[in-house]
Amino acid sequence: MTAEIVAAVAEAHRRDWAQVLATTARVTRDLDLAEECTQDAYAQALAVWPRDGVPSRPGAWLTRVARNRALDEMRREAAFRRRLPLLVTPPDGPGDDRLRLIFTCCHPALSREAQVALTARLVCGLSTYEVARAFLLPEPTMAARLTRAKKKIATARIPYRTPDPDEMGSRLDTVLEVVHLLYTTGHTAPIGPVLIRADLTASAIHLARTLHLLMPRSAAVAALLALLLVTDARSAARVSASGALVLLPDQDRSRWNHPQIAEGVALLTDSLRREAPTRFAVEAAIAAVHAESPSWERTDWPEIVGLYDVLLRLTGESPVVALNRAVAVGFRDGPQAGLDALAPLTAEPALATYAYLAAARADFLRLLGRRPEAAAAYDEALTLTDNEVERAFLAARRGSL
Amino acid sequence: MPKYTLLIYGDSAQWEALTGEERRAHDAAHAEFRTAAGDRVIGGQELEPAPTATTLRGSVTSDGPFLETKEALGGFYLLEAADLDEVLALAKLLPEVRAAHSGVEIRPVVDHG
Repeated sequence: MTAEIVAAVAEAHRRDWAQVLATTARVTRDLDLAEECTQDAYAQALAVWPRDGVPSRPGAWLTRVARNRALDEMRREAAFRRRLPLLVTPPDGPGDDRLRLIFTCCHPALSREAQVALTARLVCGLSTYEVARAFLLPEPTMAARLTRAKKKIATARIPYRTPDPDEMGSRLDTVLEVVHLLYTTGHTAPIGPVLIRADLTASAIHLARTLHLLMPRSAAVAALLALLLVTDARSAARVSASGALVLLPDQDRSRWNHPQIAEGVALLTDSLRREAPTRFAVEAAIAAVHAESPSWERTDWPEIVGLYDVLLRLTGESPVVALNRAVAVGFRDGPQAGLDALAPLTAEPALATYAYLAAARADFLRLLGRRPEAAAAYDEALTLTDNEVERAFLAARRGSL
Repeated sequence: MPKYTLLIYGDSAQWEALTGEERRAHDAAHAEFRTAAGDRVIGGQELEPAPTATTLRGSVTSDGPFLETKEALGGFYLLEAADLDEVLALAKLLPEVRAAHSGVEIRPVVDHG
């Protein structure tokens, strides 16, 4: 099979998966069957496109194949399937089936774990194996989680529908949190040999772009997309040629994706003009201050500390935000000030197993020349970190003392 | 039409401690729920407190509810609705959703038809 065909199928997978599945689900009224038929349509593409060529509209081709397969299956299993509860597909006004699928997967009656797993599998089209690997679960466990969630959607009759305007705000917040969680899981893989899981980060950005395309007037969506774009623009510089972690002060800023930063900043500016900042807008603003700074030395720390103050308020004094703010205070006022700002957080139960707190303390202690204490703090961070790239970084810092 | 039960859980001591005025507001909220739900309400009852319950397990008859918890079942509704969103919108009118000690569990009813 030629590389072009494989690339065409991969591109169609990235671009059209959600659309094919979301449209097929309307025909099958069964997410399981829609998933199976969508999967099958892509397998068909791999078999048929090398012979017949890539169709002019791959998405329409895939949708037709998935739909025909679904109709066949439904005829064959009519007697069996009639006994199972079907997906509720209320007559909906204008709108996009992809949005219906996203809002159904992120329904508040599902657990956060189920929302994220369903979104990764059904909307982003990652395989069950890939979703399991991303969330550090054995594949059968993830498969069971997905099955349980799809069964709840059918049995409790979670409707295949976009929310009414009066609940859109809170429903959209859930969707954005799920997309953000998908991105952050890929941004620093919690465990394993590589720092970044590019399949997850690319899926999350693609999903945020789709949401922005479908809901162009939502400032909250634009802010999340801005955050992901600006953060992701720096990813190439986060890892050295040998795979080692490179922190912000040492990153080669010429390797940042500057057009992507500009796109994110424009989205953020537009978002802030229209609505009061959301949590993600402020996080995007912080990322933008870093991304637009010509060098580490010229970073505008007073601005960043001020943005963290806003973020603390918006997140109800989140301990993780407080930690990031304390680190920024250290860069603004010196390592002793940073250490003082971190001190009250060491008693915070939510941060007790959070490696970044120990790592931040270790760095400030190192800068103050308090070597034995710094070594102890690096050791503590090492016991709390399972990502091998981050471990190597911490071990090297400890060794340099 | 699919059916759902709304199981209302809470701390009966706190329900019993409601002042006359709070009780009236509580009852008014239930009346508002019934009006909003209209003929979708098939049934519903307030239950006597959990200590009045009697539980049978095997050959043993015991005094008290099946589960000994501070928050116990205090009442229920049986509703007909097209989907979960419709039930959620109605259930949010129940005063037990807003009180800190209580909550409402929604369970779909098995359709044997």
